[in-house]
Amino acid sequence: MNSNQKILSIKDLTRYIKMKLDADALLQNVWVRGEISNYTRHSSGHLYFTLKDQDSRVKCVMFAKQAMRLPFDPKNGTRVIANGSVSVFERDGQYQMYINSMQPDGIGSLYLAFEQLKRKLEEEGLFSPQRKKPIPSFPSAVGVITSPTGAAVRDILITLQRRNPSLPVLLYPVAVQGIHAAPSIVKAIQEMNERREVDVLIVGRGGGSLEELWAFNEEAVARAIAASRIPVISAVGHETDVTIADFAADLRAATPTAAAELAVPNRMELRQEVMHLKQRMLGAMNAALGARREKLGRLKRSPFLTNPRRQLMMQQMERLDRQTSELTYHMKSILQRSGERYARLDRRLSESSPREKARQASKSLDLHKLKLLQRMKALMKERRHAFDMNLQRLDALSPLKVMQRGYSLAYNEQRVLLKSIDQVQLGDRVSVRLSDGELDCQVWGMKGEQEQ
Amino acid sequence: MTEQAEIGFEQALAQLESIVAKLESGDVPLEQAIELFQEGMRLSKICSVKLENVERKIEMLLEEDGQLVKKPFVPAEEKGDLE
Repeated sequence: MNSNQKILSIKDLTRYIKMKLDADALLQNVWVRGEISNYTRHSSGHLYFTLKDQDSRVKCVMFAKQAMRLPFDPKNGTRVIANGSVSVFERDGQYQMYINSMQPDGIGSLYLAFEQLKRKLEEEGLFSPQRKKPIPSFPSAVGVITSPTGAAVRDILITLQRRNPSLPVLLYPVAVQGIHAAPSIVKAIQEMNERREVDVLIVGRGGGSLEELWAFNEEAVARAIAASRIPVISAVGHETDVTIADFAADLRAATPTAAAELAVPNRMELRQEVMHLKQRMLGAMNAALGARREKLGRLKRSPFLTNPRRQLMMQQMERLDRQTSELTYHMKSILQRSGERYARLDRRLSESSPREKARQASKSLDLHKLKLLQRMKALMKERRHAFDMNLQRLDALSPLKVMQRGYSLAYNEQRVLLKSIDQVQLGDRVSVRLSDGELDCQVWGMKGEQEQ
Repeated sequence: MTEQAEIGFEQALAQLESIVAKLESGDVPLEQAIELFQEGMRLSKICSVKLENVERKIEMLLEEDGQLVKKPFVPAEEKGDLE
């Protein structure tokens, strides 16, 4: 062993081989043909299998990301054409093929043609969302372009029948496989566009192999669909079958049945919709009428209308009553006060009654009268006594007595007692009163005492 | 009236919907509400008639003497999906 020879670790060796393989252009993009065996689908979605032919075999891996796009379901024994790269799985030191894409063998050229046409039309913008025409919500008629026999036409017609039995359907029978299929489909689309009897077209066929579906991958069909002024719903094969026609159509249906469902609204639903709208309208109308009726009823029941007398007069009457009772009350209280005052005054008045005074006065009068009488009696008695006394004295002093003793009284003509001679003139008539009568005398002479 | 009579189902349904919405808003004067209601009844009738009364036709275009003619189509019994 040459000591200069470098000794590699297994890891380094494996990595070296891997590097060599990875650097090889052919191995990075290689097509192989083989039969699938030891096929395993891991729960992660990765596919592990072996591709073999009569002479050899190679381990293969297809990761979930690529496996998801597989246009078919791989099985043990399926012959396929696979595209991918070759590299080394370092842990096992084993080279394997990392599959990018795979299709069943035998249609490899078709597959490539499909990819090429798809890319070309895509670049042209034929599939762009802006080109898509809206599917009418309520088509007046539906055009169907398919084979007049077989499951597809039956599925479509049954579905249309179920969803909307009154909708007219115009069927354009075409070949859906074989060399005449594509021209026949193109002609049908063009004819439908010329006739303009339908609002929507269903173009399709039932499931089949890639070759059987091939007409729907032809450029002429794709262009006819894209050029159609009538919106087109494509319905080719099963869910997993995707054709160029599907890309070009305005709407892709997974199956013919689905296409029919997408083309026409369900008549039951529409009927329900109309019924529902009608119900809502009736409800709204009833509500509007009801609200007004109720309002009217409320107004009619207004007390002012049902009992205007009460409403309009009650208040006044109440007011009157209140005023009346107030008046009565005031009147009563005034009367009461006045009565009380009267009683008070009456009492005071009766206290100072003149009758009483009169009575008292009368009493006093009686008293005084009595006193007077007593006094009078006493006085009379006294005077009588005095009189008697005086009378005795008078009697004793009486001039008559004096005169009886010879004294007389002289009066002039004026009956004035004469006491002096100066009171008379010579010749005057004088009366001389004696105890038993008078003497009329004339003065003849007179003599004063001094003169004597 | 002739123009209105030719109103499409979709248009009739849309008009009916807008009438219902107006009526349900509740702020429409009664006279107008009655007019709307009558129009709505007419539209709902149009819709119903269009849904119920049109006789379904399934026709097939066939080439006869180089001309395409319409013939009633009766689906054949199952024969597979071949021509």
